[in-house]
Amino acid sequence: MDVLRRSAPLDLTADVAPAVLRAVRGAMWPRLLVGFVALLAAVLLGLALGPASIPLDATIRILLSHLPGVGLDSDVPVTWRTIVWEVRLPRVLLAGIAGATLAMSGATYQGVFRNPLAEPYLIGVATGAALGATIVVVSGVDLSVGGLSALPLAAFAGALVSVIVVYGVARVGSTVPATTLILAGVALSSLATAITSYLMLQNTSNTLSVFSVVLGSFNTAGWTKIAWVLPYAVPSAAVILAHGRVLNVLSLDEEQARGLGIDVERTKLILLGAASLASAAAVSVSGTIGFVGLIVPHAVRMMWGPDNRALLPMSILLGAAFLIGADVIARMADRPSEIPVGIITAFCGVPFFLYLLRRARGAY
Amino acid sequence: MTQSPLVDRSLPAGAGSPGPEAVPLLQVRDLVAAYNRNSQSAGSRSRARTALRGVSLSVAPGEVVGLVGPNGSGKTTLIRAVTGFVRPVSGEVRLLGDDSAALSSRDRALRAAVVPQEPLLPDAFTALEIVLMGRTPHLTLLQSEDAGDVAAAERAMRATATWEFADRPAGELSGGERQRVVVARALAQEAPLLLLDEPTAHLDLGHQAGVLELMRRLCREERRGVLAVVHDLTLAAQYCDRLVLISSGEVVAQGTAAEVLRRGVLRAVYGAAVDVFPHPQTGLPVVAPSAAER
Repeated sequence: MDVLRRSAPLDLTADVAPAVLRAVRGAMWPRLLVGFVALLAAVLLGLALGPASIPLDATIRILLSHLPGVGLDSDVPVTWRTIVWEVRLPRVLLAGIAGATLAMSGATYQGVFRNPLAEPYLIGVATGAALGATIVVVSGVDLSVGGLSALPLAAFAGALVSVIVVYGVARVGSTVPATTLILAGVALSSLATAITSYLMLQNTSNTLSVFSVVLGSFNTAGWTKIAWVLPYAVPSAAVILAHGRVLNVLSLDEEQARGLGIDVERTKLILLGAASLASAAAVSVSGTIGFVGLIVPHAVRMMWGPDNRALLPMSILLGAAFLIGADVIARMADRPSEIPVGIITAFCGVPFFLYLLRRARGAY
Repeated sequence: MTQSPLVDRSLPAGAGSPGPEAVPLLQVRDLVAAYNRNSQSAGSRSRARTALRGVSLSVAPGEVVGLVGPNGSGKTTLIRAVTGFVRPVSGEVRLLGDDSAALSSRDRALRAAVVPQEPLLPDAFTALEIVLMGRTPHLTLLQSEDAGDVAAAERAMRATATWEFADRPAGELSGGERQRVVVARALAQEAPLLLLDEPTAHLDLGHQAGVLELMRRLCREERRGVLAVVHDLTLAAQYCDRLVLISSGEVVAQGTAAEVLRRGVLRAVYGAAVDVFPHPQTGLPVVAPSAAER
């Protein structure tokens, strides 16, 4: 693992600063290449696999034909074209956006809370968001304004309440110990889930749409949902990516971060707000999908080290690839019916979570 | 004075300039502070009720001031009040002439670098990465460290003998090595004022002397100022230009080591049987426990 991180031993006689930095941090472009290749592979798999298997070359030709001036799909059956472009592509993209968003939020929560176990689902943000979304769905009001759905905003309100309550309860001094964070998150999650279930039982007419919010799934994906989530996910990602270096400084304790000139309270507020908005947007279109925000950032850290300037973009790329892959398994494992994708991520994530829990000793 | 390459150019003109009329790097006047429980780090509960009750002191360019006093006397609170980590109840703190409360965190970090007591370091970051974090106040949000920043980190790490393990993760370093890394980070910050809260706590005799010797050199050669909490009174006497002795949040004595470290005062403040005698070579006071009296 270390080999990937340090391409060469540190040459202490060299006064060439960029080389020293690369030696300590590793070069950025090979990682990005790995990320993009993994993502591309996952996308193609997600488009080609399903109840109707479509050959990979046909899939690629259908995709390319949507570029202006390219017409390579004349010999491809129309049904295949519809399946790839209208059914699978939105689903793959939505899974990708949700995975990227959840992994990025997980990495951000882990940095801000200085806690390796922080993750949108485990700290109750996802269930809080689901409750917020459920209230809107159940109330039946149409809150879309100019094509922009308010569902993510309602989810954001729920997520924000969760993160504030959990942070307030779990905080000891300037750090948030793993145990209290997870306990507070689980307690709050149980409450939010209980209320959501109650609302579901009271409003049987909307049960189906609420059900898809509670149990994560992409089987209702469409281009409209992508249009819902992007206006929230993209700005959040921009804000978080801009704070990569600052997030490194926050991994010191609060006193040191202040001493280095960081406005700690303001920065935490910005980052928690952005991470919560991003995860809420993901939850409002895909439901509560756990553990993506735990597995992906940790895998990235093991491979390429803790620098958030690499961790955040790599979590975005590999988070997207991971959830697209999990969704492929979700629709292929038990054909012709589908397994909710949240079950697949839980299967991967829980053993990993238990392993980290044993290792974590409060400090990070 | 030769313009120090280590002092940031963005600081106001005249800051850190020599001569008796120079603006003090640090000026604390009638400072009253209660420990802020909310921002208290987990390990320091014992000092929760300590307060400062009207403390005044100053640090001029080129001088090393030692802050001494018993456990819980308010030394750490004073350092934290200067950095803004603890908000004063009344009184004022001026950094290079400017009211500290009115400065942004970044402007404060450009004026004063701090080495806190027992700082937590993230295990996975390498020593060089941690020292480079010292460049934070010099960088805007989207900037990354450039060659100049690495050069500053390298200078700081060579001065603290930490460069040889620059690529080792903090989790693999010993307590003393980590402490020197934090000192290096404060040097890389290139602030005219250095605040050190027991920088020598985990160091052996050689490295203790090394760090304090380095502080003295920075003061002499670059006209920086140092305020250091030092527990070992003999060590403080050898390396500090002036000492400030505080007890129960009040200044009991300040001046040269010979003026402050007097047998009667120390016995009263520390409640321990000690004797003070001059060092055979330097003539500076040596403080030794005198067990014979028990």
